[in-house]
Amino acid sequence: MKFYRSHVLVCVDPECLKKGAHEVMDALQDELVAQGLIEEVQVLETSRIGGCDQGPELMVYPEGVHYSNLTADDIAFLVEEHFLKGRIAQKFVTEEKAFADEELSAPTAKEIRVVLRNCGKIDPENIEDYIAEDGYQALGKVLFESTPEQVIDEVLKSGLRGRGGAGFPTGKKWQFARASQGSPKYVICNADEGDPGAFMNRRVLEGDPHSVIEGMIIAAYAIGANQGYIYCRAEYPIAVKTLRIAIDQARNLGLLGKNILGSDFSFDLEVRMGAGAFVCGEETALMASIEGQRGEPRPRPPFPAVKGLFAKPSNINNVETYANIPQIIFRGAEWFAGMGTEKSKGTKTFALAGDVQHTGLIEIPFGLTLREIVYDVGGGIKDGKKFKAIQTGGPMGGCLPESYLDLPVDYEALTQAGSMMGSGGLVIMDEDTCMVDIARFFMDFTQDESCGKCTPCRVGTRRILEILERICAGKGQPEDLDTLEYLCAQIKEDSLCGLGQGAPTPVISTLKHFRKEYEAHILEKRCPAKVCKPLIRYEIIDGICTGCTVCARNCPVNAISGERRTTHVIDPDVCIRCGICMQVCNFNAIVIN
Amino acid sequence: MQGNDKDGALVKEAVHAAVEHFGSSQDELIPILNEINRTIGYIPGEAFDELSSLLRVPRSQLFSVASFYRMLSTKPRGKHVIQFCESAPCHVVGGREVWQAIKDFLKIEEDETTPDGHWTLVTTSCLGLCSVGPVMVVDDDIYGNVDPAQVANILEKYR
Repeated sequence: MKFYRSHVLVCVDPECLKKGAHEVMDALQDELVAQGLIEEVQVLETSRIGGCDQGPELMVYPEGVHYSNLTADDIAFLVEEHFLKGRIAQKFVTEEKAFADEELSAPTAKEIRVVLRNCGKIDPENIEDYIAEDGYQALGKVLFESTPEQVIDEVLKSGLRGRGGAGFPTGKKWQFARASQGSPKYVICNADEGDPGAFMNRRVLEGDPHSVIEGMIIAAYAIGANQGYIYCRAEYPIAVKTLRIAIDQARNLGLLGKNILGSDFSFDLEVRMGAGAFVCGEETALMASIEGQRGEPRPRPPFPAVKGLFAKPSNINNVETYANIPQIIFRGAEWFAGMGTEKSKGTKTFALAGDVQHTGLIEIPFGLTLREIVYDVGGGIKDGKKFKAIQTGGPMGGCLPESYLDLPVDYEALTQAGSMMGSGGLVIMDEDTCMVDIARFFMDFTQDESCGKCTPCRVGTRRILEILERICAGKGQPEDLDTLEYLCAQIKEDSLCGLGQGAPTPVISTLKHFRKEYEAHILEKRCPAKVCKPLIRYEIIDGICTGCTVCARNCPVNAISGERRTTHVIDPDVCIRCGICMQVCNFNAIVIN
Repeated sequence: MQGNDKDGALVKEAVHAAVEHFGSSQDELIPILNEINRTIGYIPGEAFDELSSLLRVPRSQLFSVASFYRMLSTKPRGKHVIQFCESAPCHVVGGREVWQAIKDFLKIEEDETTPDGHWTLVTTSCLGLCSVGPVMVVDDDIYGNVDPAQVANILEKYR
């Protein structure tokens, strides 16, 4: 293979060609020959490097400089400056356009991007982009330099733990699957990222699908599988499409299929789409769904490593876990283990949502505190409001109050605090949030998503929801809190899968940390955050109201009465608490009590 | 009656096309059902009959699978399906008010279809578009950062 010190990629999209990209390229070729540099600098054609509105344009590597607005006449100057004198020709450098990515902004000082490193940077539908970022190097290393045992050893040494939430050591899982008797074996990727508010995996699948595919091929080599499945939820149609394109491209390059890269290892992959069932994120339910059954979980053991998909030994990891693998192999276990805390190594992606300044995806090393996440990475609470709670771990996670803000984030610390890592949703709530309403909300979700197979989850979540709805409606009874605690303990103890076992967590954690709010609802019939409609009253303040009649005219149920230029009155029995009067009042004369 | 025959033929065609595409095996059942649901808008009773004989799987078992998954409908749906994200991130940034506005506009509740068969209103689990919540989806079009005042404008486009 011939080595060049520099590569020039000239954009030859139709728009650039129209503006003279071919002339620029010819001039470049001639000038490099004239200067005696043609053996050192390679000129290649490419597409989509800027958007062509400032074409003709080109990129020069290894510097990664983007030149645009070029004509053939500029080339002599450019070659002399850049390739002879080694100076960047500033006058042609493109100002990188700042485009707003609402999901993933530039990393803040405390972030490290490992899993998200390529997202938004490479073209996910072009495998060469991934290869240019050292993609599939790890696969080559594994296939030709390591035995399966060495691969597992490296993953064990890295300390990588399952990013789906449970945090089981990935290397251990692979070891079990490898040791398991039975054939064929399967490798499965859990891309059924169903936790509301969590979309880290979607972004990886849509932005860097090959990192997941490469991770899966390596896993398959390690455990001895020849067939793999990616189970992706139907709510993510773009991810499914991107994955299918990526798989086709990998197959065309011999990275999937028979005798990968000419080795004697064969492996192929298929994408399976769900059909809208949250419980399918549970691994045994997921496998049932791939088999074409109802996605209901089954008891473990036997674990999937022993008896998984089609009752064969299977290894199942989530998207983020697989996406870490190529980096671990390529950069070494020590590098990976250098990040994080004693028991939680590496980085974790989170989706920040709710009342925080910068919502969207972040990736941080384990060990950062919740305070650092909310204030340094997330920019603090929106609209200058006060922090109230942070919910970690998705709908089966817990709500932690301000006193837990200095908790370092890792698997053990969150579990000890009464919450959990989960897949990585972080919902930040400000002072205007009613914690009883939040608990009711999550219970509504899990109750709805319960598959109905086991009684504690099916009936228990329904009973809890009924009580919470009653409390929010102002009909709570003093003994409700004890009943809630009893039900929560029972469901947690007796449910079949993670959904049921985790379902009570939002209630348990809010009961523990925000008990006073429950008591206010039940005993004083008052919602301190002024959210629960039956417990609030809209009132017009005498003296501020000018009697302009705007509120009365806008009230959909005619609950407001009063003469022009006199203070108006809201009839609480007629009022439906829609809040329209408050929105339309020009004098801020309406308050909630 | 003619209309029914034609519908029956359409259903048959959709089922055969799906089975042909994915292969007649039980583990392809969910992709097959998804495809039928997509072409017809829901999975009618005749589709189960047809599928049962093609896959050699009892009708009851097929129905049991189809009724398990939220995205597979065994009831006819309206011309336009509105999916509203009911997840926490959308809920806390004003989703509740938007949901109310949609229901007020259509005068139907969740999982209902308007009497004229024009609209079906359903909720969806998280679409992962949380950074632009509240999110509603009409057919395949996604609307983010929706506020209650926009609901009527958005829906009018599908009249």
